Amino acid sequence: MEGTWTKLALRIWAALILLFLFIPILLILLYAFNTSNIESWPIPGLTLKWFKATWEDHEVRTALLLSLQAGLGATALALVLGSCAAFAIHRMTFFGRDVVSLLFVLPLALPGIITGIALRAFFHFNGVSLSIWTIVVGHTTFCIVVVYNNVLARLRRTQGSLVEAAMDLGANGFQTFRDITLPLISTAVVAGAMLAFALSFDEVIVTTFTAGAQNTLPIWIFGAIRLGQRLPEVNVVVSFVILVTIIPVVIAARLTGGGGAARVPAAASPPRG
Amino acid sequence: MAVKTLGRPRAKGGAAGPLQSLLWRWQWLRPALLLVPPLAWFVVVYLTSLVLLLITAFWTIDSFTSQIVQVWNVENFRTIAVDPTYRLIVVRTVALAALVTVTDATLAFPFAYFMARVASRRTQTFLFAAVLLPLWASYLARVYAWILILNHNGLLNWSLQSIGLPPANIGYSNVAMWIVFSYIWLPFMIIPTYAALERVPESLLEAAADLGARRWRAVRDVVLPLAMPGVVAGSIFTFSLTLGDFITPILIGGAGGKGLRDFLGGSTFIGNVIYTNVGIASNVPFAAALATVPVVIMAVYLLGAKRLGAFEAL
Amino acid sequence: MRSTEGPAVWVRLGTLAAAALIAVTACGSNTSTGGSTAAPPPTAGMKPQTSIGTGEGQLNLIAWEGYTDDSWVKPFTAATGCVVNHKYAGTSDEMFTLMDGGGGQYDMVSASGNASIRLIYAGDVKPMNTALIPDFNDFQTYFKAPDYNTIGGIHYGISLQWGPNVLLYNTKKFPIAPTSWSVIYDKQYSGLVTVYGDSMTIADAALYLAKAQPNLGIKDPYELTQKQFDAAVALLKQQKPLINKYWGSATDEISLFQNNDVYLGAAWPYQTIQLKLAGAPVAETIPVEGATGWGDTWMLGTKAPHPNCAYMWTKWVSTPTVQAEQALFFGETPVNTKACAEMEKQSAGSCAQYHADAAGTYFNTIKFWKTPIATCPDGTNNCVPYAQWLTAWTSITG
Repeated sequence: MEGTWTKLALRIWAALILLFLFIPILLILLYAFNTSNIESWPIPGLTLKWFKATWEDHEVRTALLLSLQAGLGATALALVLGSCAAFAIHRMTFFGRDVVSLLFVLPLALPGIITGIALRAFFHFNGVSLSIWTIVVGHTTFCIVVVYNNVLARLRRTQGSLVEAAMDLGANGFQTFRDITLPLISTAVVAGAMLAFALSFDEVIVTTFTAGAQNTLPIWIFGAIRLGQRLPEVNVVVSFVILVTIIPVVIAARLTGGGGAARVPAAASPPRG
Repeated sequence: MAVKTLGRPRAKGGAAGPLQSLLWRWQWLRPALLLVPPLAWFVVVYLTSLVLLLITAFWTIDSFTSQIVQVWNVENFRTIAVDPTYRLIVVRTVALAALVTVTDATLAFPFAYFMARVASRRTQTFLFAAVLLPLWASYLARVYAWILILNHNGLLNWSLQSIGLPPANIGYSNVAMWIVFSYIWLPFMIIPTYAALERVPESLLEAAADLGARRWRAVRDVVLPLAMPGVVAGSIFTFSLTLGDFITPILIGGAGGKGLRDFLGGSTFIGNVIYTNVGIASNVPFAAALATVPVVIMAVYLLGAKRLGAFEAL
Repeated sequence: MRSTEGPAVWVRLGTLAAAALIAVTACGSNTSTGGSTAAPPPTAGMKPQTSIGTGEGQLNLIAWEGYTDDSWVKPFTAATGCVVNHKYAGTSDEMFTLMDGGGGQYDMVSASGNASIRLIYAGDVKPMNTALIPDFNDFQTYFKAPDYNTIGGIHYGISLQWGPNVLLYNTKKFPIAPTSWSVIYDKQYSGLVTVYGDSMTIADAALYLAKAQPNLGIKDPYELTQKQFDAAVALLKQQKPLINKYWGSATDEISLFQNNDVYLGAAWPYQTIQLKLAGAPVAETIPVEGATGWGDTWMLGTKAPHPNCAYMWTKWVSTPTVQAEQALFFGETPVNTKACAEMEKQSAGSCAQYHADAAGTYFNTIKFWKTPIATCPDGTNNCVPYAQWLTAWTSITG
């Protein structure tokens, strides 16, 4: 319906927008190889030396370790809780569905800073010291909804008749679950786990308030950028974080046929930092 | 689509132990039991902390030791309402959020239109993935990338100077914040707009053409109103995310002197005042009171968005 | 389905009630401390350890930028096995909040006078045993028990170093050093000035006004009557259009000068030294109105997880060599009288430059950071307390 000039204009616009979206990311990946330690443009040369220097910085290694631990912990908890919730909601035909969905989405719907300071006040009040556990608690709270959405969506697409057939054939509840339900939802569970991990790994807003003396990688990055020191290391670490957050999401998208990571952006949790 | 039980469980032992029978008899028990852990988590950890935060807003601190003094008062709210500083900060934040929303809507609409109505199926899938990818690339990384682009010797100044223009000193300023926010939230605007545009049936446009409307008129009078819920849905994200953000103002904000680059008169926004009050001034009650402001603003915004049909477009 | 609406409402109410109940019962278990300086500090009764045991292998410090340079941290780790993890804080408020909210994970904090007293009365730091620090006996008498870290004869930390807040300027734009702080309030330098992004800057303004508007009668820039306070705040609001950016960390200000974004700034000597090392044309001066300054103390956290490493660290930084190294690195004055000789060895003339030899008169010209309280020096109770400083600062910079 549209004329050729309009189509051309739209095509150009689309290309420009794509460039706008991707150039900063590609630029940062490029800067990781910058020989100079002054971050100017154009880049004088390429080198791998900063990778080694970053790895040797024990603060970076400690932060990386903490990020991994927190990520795995939060993902594990979110998997259990989110899947339980998905199974429960799938079976129930009551009002609660909407309320529960709203509840789970709340940590992502409210600005992160509110979740952060609320949790911090909660811990402080109950005399709980800030530690890796408080970080995990914070991350789990908003990771649950990712797993929940993915598993629930898959359950809805699964035919209930398969479960009934299994039971007619004599399988008890546990066998049915293990042999029928689990394989059917396994890729959705893995996708949810990947998304949850990616979300937790990059999270900085809530973590700023729930971490004590510990640095996760994003907190280290935030501090280093503010201080304006060790920027070559920041380039390397930041590039690493980009890869660690993008790759699981791509895998998750593959596993769920592209649906899980995109549908309903709020509930599918795009990282807001 | 619930799974219904058919009749009684079999008497054979292998199929149903005593627990199983119990669960089958009261079929709502199993889902309810499953729901308890996650629900308990949310109530005990999350809802309680939100309620606690709200309660804290009505307390105050001893400014010397920063210990919370549990004396009920509305002093914090009064300060926010009465002190012109905070009104200015709120207005400034809302203004920036609105500006970012409008910018993103303008950038996103032609792109989404292209995706929905002009691009081939394959291109659509590709573009969809392409738009989603930056969302999942680390937030801090993307803000940092812009710091490098906009700073003194960065890509922007180099480009300007290579075509003979003077360097733009917008490295730490509200202009920079506007650019960065628009950049980061753009995919949030594109996706719902695209979804809404995709749903507009071709037949409507054909009908409009049959009635004699030229293409632009058809777009303005038919497509735009139908796509509006999508745009409003996207605006929920751009607005609310800008409202509560503190990382970008801290990393990119300037001092706010006079002049175009610091329009809006300052770089203190709701997000970083809350952050400062918690992380530096140790005044959690005041921060809590401040935090209610974006929540209230968003509640009002969401009501309006619901009216405009944005919730169906999500 | 109407039949399920009933339970719905109850579940919702029940949830909210449960949450509120939990919150309220949690409330009851918390008592608030008065927080005034009348009662003795909460940790006054804690007896410090009598010996230093084996190192725990780690040390978590909250420090000013430049206080944990590798040149004295690496030898420390090599000698004691304590790996130092530092967290830089930009302002005293931040140091206080980190220490207070850090849940007992930080071992020590290098607090300036306006944070140290607050930390003591909030119970976040505990008494230290000066007998475990041999170099303590060589400290200048005042710094053995300054009023910002010793209360009621109990030492809540070991003094470290002290110094002034100087006027930093670009020597190309100012071939002759400015003589008065008035330059940073002068409209002709619009957009070319930077000052410290902390409420203590109000004291700087008050110090300037003490000379510039003597009718205000300002004697102590931290104890101001409402009228004096308002005048200082008004001056800073007038100054705002001149400010390019309020610097929050030393590196902030260093970048501003290096990029020629500013020509004038209130600074720490650390920035001058770093800029000179990078070849920037800068110099510092203390104008006629005098300067505010800071006296720093290494304080031990009440719940410090690595107290032995903490004491080892305190011992280390109190030795003449390290005192000299740090003084030269940051541009401050050591408290150890034996450090002067060390400073001369490392950089001739530095002992006099940083007044490590004739500290007395120089010391009296500096108005050290302290927490403003409502009680004025003359005993009346109408001076502006710290809470107002913070809100005023937000209204100045917002």
